[in-house]
Amino acid sequence: MPSRTPETRATSLFMRYAILVLVALIFVFPLVFMLVSSLKPSMQLLSDTSSIRAFLPVGDISLDNYTASFARAPVALFIFNSIFVTSVTVVLNLVICSMAGFSFAFLDWKGKDVMLSIVIATLIVPLETIAIPLLLVVNNLPWIGADGIEWGWLNSYRVQIVPFLSDALTVFLFVQYFRDLPRDLIEAARIDGASWFQIYAKVIMPISGPVIATAAILRFLAMYNQYLWPLMVTQSEQYRPVMVGLQYFFQLNTDWGQVMAYLSMITVPVLAFYLALQRAFITSIASTGIKG
Amino acid sequence: MASLSMKSVRKSYGAVEVIKGVDLDIADGEFVVFVGPSGCGKSTLLRMVAGLEEITAGTMEIGGRVVNDLEPKDRGIAMVFQSYALYPHKTVYDNMAFGLHIAKAPRAEVDAKVRKAAEILKLEPYLDRLPKQLSGGQRQRVAIGRAIVRNPEVFLFDEPLSNLDAALRVNTRAEIAKLHRDLGATMIYVTHDQVEAMTLADKIVVLEGGYAQQIGTPMELYHTPANLFVAGFIGSPKMNYIEVTVAGVSTDGVKVAAPDIGEALLPIDPGKAAVGDRATLGIRPEDMRHGKTDGITVSGNVELVERLGHETLVEITTTNGLDLKGIIDGTTLISLGDTTDLSFAAASCHLFDSAGKAFTRREVPEVVRARRGT
Repeated sequence: MPSRTPETRATSLFMRYAILVLVALIFVFPLVFMLVSSLKPSMQLLSDTSSIRAFLPVGDISLDNYTASFARAPVALFIFNSIFVTSVTVVLNLVICSMAGFSFAFLDWKGKDVMLSIVIATLIVPLETIAIPLLLVVNNLPWIGADGIEWGWLNSYRVQIVPFLSDALTVFLFVQYFRDLPRDLIEAARIDGASWFQIYAKVIMPISGPVIATAAILRFLAMYNQYLWPLMVTQSEQYRPVMVGLQYFFQLNTDWGQVMAYLSMITVPVLAFYLALQRAFITSIASTGIKG
Repeated sequence: MASLSMKSVRKSYGAVEVIKGVDLDIADGEFVVFVGPSGCGKSTLLRMVAGLEEITAGTMEIGGRVVNDLEPKDRGIAMVFQSYALYPHKTVYDNMAFGLHIAKAPRAEVDAKVRKAAEILKLEPYLDRLPKQLSGGQRQRVAIGRAIVRNPEVFLFDEPLSNLDAALRVNTRAEIAKLHRDLGATMIYVTHDQVEAMTLADKIVVLEGGYAQQIGTPMELYHTPANLFVAGFIGSPKMNYIEVTVAGVSTDGVKVAAPDIGEALLPIDPGKAAVGDRATLGIRPEDMRHGKTDGITVSGNVELVERLGHETLVEITTTNGLDLKGIIDGTTLISLGDTTDLSFAAASCHLFDSAGKAFTRREVPEVVRARRGT
């Protein structure tokens, strides 16, 4: 095979970078459009969409849309609600699903395989299918609060958290990851006298960073982007998350500048969370292939 | 430290029985090696001692205490794994201290034990490192250190040297032997490498097909193998086998006959041998001499010459198609294609009946009865 000249190598490198830049732009453009538009008055925003100006911070630039958004809806409350519900759910979900994964991967108990199959099978059931029955269930559940026993969980944080404390995908991710860990580690820990819980907490979880990061990001996105369920279970503004809050901007007259400002604000937590975990997430995807 | 005893120990996975009844007594402070080919059940047996595999039937005692239903941590054992099984997120210190922390040992005691083990294993400079920052040999020593700090009654080693390169393997083998001498601990060691078995063991258990084929000192196994399997497994190159017929039985021994050797009287206890029985004569390559120097001579065509310097491995094929290997003096002039003679003494021969069971040899080297280390 003839050896490639430096020129062909440079051309090939240029082409590769060109394609990568193009793909990156395709992904970045909507975000740039959102951010830039959030700084423009609605009229200018609409007229700019037919040209490259849509992606450029030109014309009448200001933070007025942000100020107006806060006046139109309790944005800070919505963002707090979403972050609170999502964070609590993700943390508890990771604990519960990793424990379940640990049990499926390492412990011997009757019916384990059948149970795992049932758990995996629930992956194909969408939330929309069970939303109504679930609503009936949570509407009749008791809760012990400051005023004694209350019935019905509607209009609360718990109604947005508890139904999502475990999910099949996260359990599956942990099972797959744990099954690839060397069994010798477990056995060494057993000989060292560790209980199953100590093995879980002190041996397995500390070396499960990649799968924890992956599961955390997937869960965070799924929870943060929830719309249907919180719409059904939160009638009062006090507990509403950001996605339900978006409705406030489509009542009466829609101001697209304000919509873009609101969207920009609610995107920040997602980006921050992803950037914090991206290294572990990419490691997981790269080292474990489809498992991650 | 403690003795260990197995009585009719069996292990089944469903309908498949992998350990088919092993009886074994290990004295306090003894170094016992389980050896055998892949799949013979040696690691399974070790894991049964450790409590990592349940015992299907039989009794296992450590220090006079039945341990069948005890958890690994309650058996007074420590194990060194083939993969080392070090906790990757913990430093060398924490790897060794983990078991003691779990047992809620006082901090000062943990520190003293870990530092003592590190001193024995020359690991002091590496205590703050993670396993990934260590070489294979150092990792192996950490794994041994983790076992030492537990102060176990029985040390278990599962092919601990198989991931090391050849030079390091020799060094670590010597270190393990020294450790055994220094600690005086009961140790059980699994390997498929007969050199490790021969050099380390006070007692070897040769396992095959789920049975203990023979239990004895290395020299017993080498000089008085109980059957064809042990004879073939212990010793390298493998023992030569010659199919023979019993031609006579007398108080002097057993006379055998075969086309390549004619008739030969072997100093072997005849037992139940009868004239006309089929048998197998075994002779080790290292008992062969070049030329007609010893009692029994076989002639053949030289098919292989491997010169190792101090000795030469030759293989000849007789006119009857019998292949024989011999280790002869390294300076002997011999070439491929030559017709040559190999000879051996009748006293060096082993004889096995048609079922593969060995007849008792009458002339056994004194070393078989000597204590280890003499």
